[in-house]
Amino acid sequence: MAPVGSTTTTASPPRTAARPSRARSGSAKMLARRGRTGWIFIAPFAAVFVLFLVAPLAYAFYLSLFTKGLATGTVFSGIDNYVKAFTDPSFLNGVWFVVRFSIVLIPVQMLVSLAAALVLDALTTRLARFSRLMIFLPYAIPAVIGALMWGFLYSPTFGPLQQLFSLFNAQAPFLLSQGNVFAGLLNVVTWQWAGYYMIIIFAALQGIDPSIYEAAKLDGANWWQVAIRVKIPLVASALVLILVFALIGTLQFFTEPQVLAPVANGTITPDFTPNIYAFNLAFSYAQFNYASAISFALGIVVFIAVYIFMFATRKRGSLLK
Amino acid sequence: MTETLEKTARPVDAGRSTPLRTARKPRNVIAHLFLVVLVIYFLVPVWWLLVASTKNAPDLFAGTGALWFGKDFNLFANLADLFTYNGGEYLQWLGNSVLYAVSGGVGATVIAVLAGYGFAKYRFRGRNFTFALLLGSVMVPLTALVIPTFVLLSNLGLTDTIWAVILPSLLSPFGVYLMRVYIADAVPDELLDASRVDGAGEFRTFFTVALPLMRPALITVLLLSIVGTWNNYFLPLAMLSTSKLYPITVGLGLWSQLASSNNGGSHSLWSLIIVGALVSIIPLIVAFLTLQKYWQGGLSLGSLK
Repeated sequence: MAPVGSTTTTASPPRTAARPSRARSGSAKMLARRGRTGWIFIAPFAAVFVLFLVAPLAYAFYLSLFTKGLATGTVFSGIDNYVKAFTDPSFLNGVWFVVRFSIVLIPVQMLVSLAAALVLDALTTRLARFSRLMIFLPYAIPAVIGALMWGFLYSPTFGPLQQLFSLFNAQAPFLLSQGNVFAGLLNVVTWQWAGYYMIIIFAALQGIDPSIYEAAKLDGANWWQVAIRVKIPLVASALVLILVFALIGTLQFFTEPQVLAPVANGTITPDFTPNIYAFNLAFSYAQFNYASAISFALGIVVFIAVYIFMFATRKRGSLLK
Repeated sequence: MTETLEKTARPVDAGRSTPLRTARKPRNVIAHLFLVVLVIYFLVPVWWLLVASTKNAPDLFAGTGALWFGKDFNLFANLADLFTYNGGEYLQWLGNSVLYAVSGGVGATVIAVLAGYGFAKYRFRGRNFTFALLLGSVMVPLTALVIPTFVLLSNLGLTDTIWAVILPSLLSPFGVYLMRVYIADAVPDELLDASRVDGAGEFRTFFTVALPLMRPALITVLLLSIVGTWNNYFLPLAMLSTSKLYPITVGLGLWSQLASSNNGGSHSLWSLIIVGALVSIIPLIVAFLTLQKYWQGGLSLGSLK
């Protein structure tokens, strides 16, 4: 931790200034040659970046400008696909769902992971160490398997939930029904990711210099005050990072609803989220042009949402500075 | 890394005066109760999976005792069924998952280590612009790339091959970012210059001086990329149509679809999905438990800049 932690204080800006060692070690010619070596180190990544990020994005944009009709064949249609997408109730409802889902999910996840990290940070017992690993465990489980497991637990035929309610002669709520699917999915995703976020916050908390707490204690601060006034502000950059991860992940929600769709009795429709909609347009209806427009539009929406968010919180540090 | 973590941790309890400690007791009980509740919540699905894997179909559908063992212990019979069902396709999927995760994960890590070193330790024209581009790309939702990549690769005739899954998995901008942040600090310029003065070339300096210093970050990036590829669902689901090429995630998704589409007549398939899910989560859980001293510190790298 020590070498990384110190990055916080000696971050990159001062490094770009002239360094004495560099002046000592080489002429301008040598530096130029070394610059070329720098490109050699970056070349493999640059190739992958161009082939699997820039090219698909550019190609998706190109495809999205065309429309394939039965009679007309493929014709250039300009922004028609985007006009269609932003007036398509399937796409708009999907976007509305993931936005609503993010607004509820992210605070819930943050609260669970932050509370767990603060408690774990304050304890050094064996139970606390064990709990830390167990809370993290779902991260090692693929989202597909996590969704399948919760699908089983929700199942009215062999899940424990129904059995628990039967003890009181009651009917358990089916958590994938029309009214409950939001809560049902919320639970699956929180279970899957809260532990990972907890570990990130926990590691940041462990990196704080303990003498700060002593100072706060001398000033008469109790446990709650130290947690809220000292610890949380000091791990703010970790919290921002988590928020960004969660936002990017939730807006492209796909795996859990896709896996649970067969057992949800039709609640999870083929246009449930924008990604599921794009997937079905492409692979069930072979509408690759329109699917590309949806993918590209979703990418833009996510990028702008995240960028605005990062800009708003830039003082807190994190990825952009 | 754990050692340093423990050292930086506060010496809780050790040096506290007695009145303070007695005042802390009730809160400790509440804190531990809170942890127990959390652990139960996070473990219940796994516990259910473990118990259900030992049941035969009648016990599984008995309607009672879902969270405890059934009358017969059927784990080994279930495992035998799992590995032989439909010509042993489960084992094939498991093998595919290992192939995709290891080749994609190792490849992405090698690329990230090289690029991270290049960004951290060389000054060249276009460096800042390229790095800004990379930071922006961390924010591009990767699933938005799946359908365009599919169309692109299908024009090249590469869809429905292992390359359609492995090659896109090599892209890991976040891995490059993590390596750059770590290398900038953990590999001192003075050490590299000393090696150059001794006459070592740039690449020899990289392999003998810089690489050994990167180990903690390297293992974290490796673990993150392997987990990412192992858990991936959307990409292989879109790219592959031959079931022999499926990774375990897509394979179990297929089984679940089959099982729910012929409701009632598929009791045995549900048992296979359950025991198959259990087997598929074991490798990563073992990897995380054995490598914990590396990733626990490493996971926070991105947030500490």
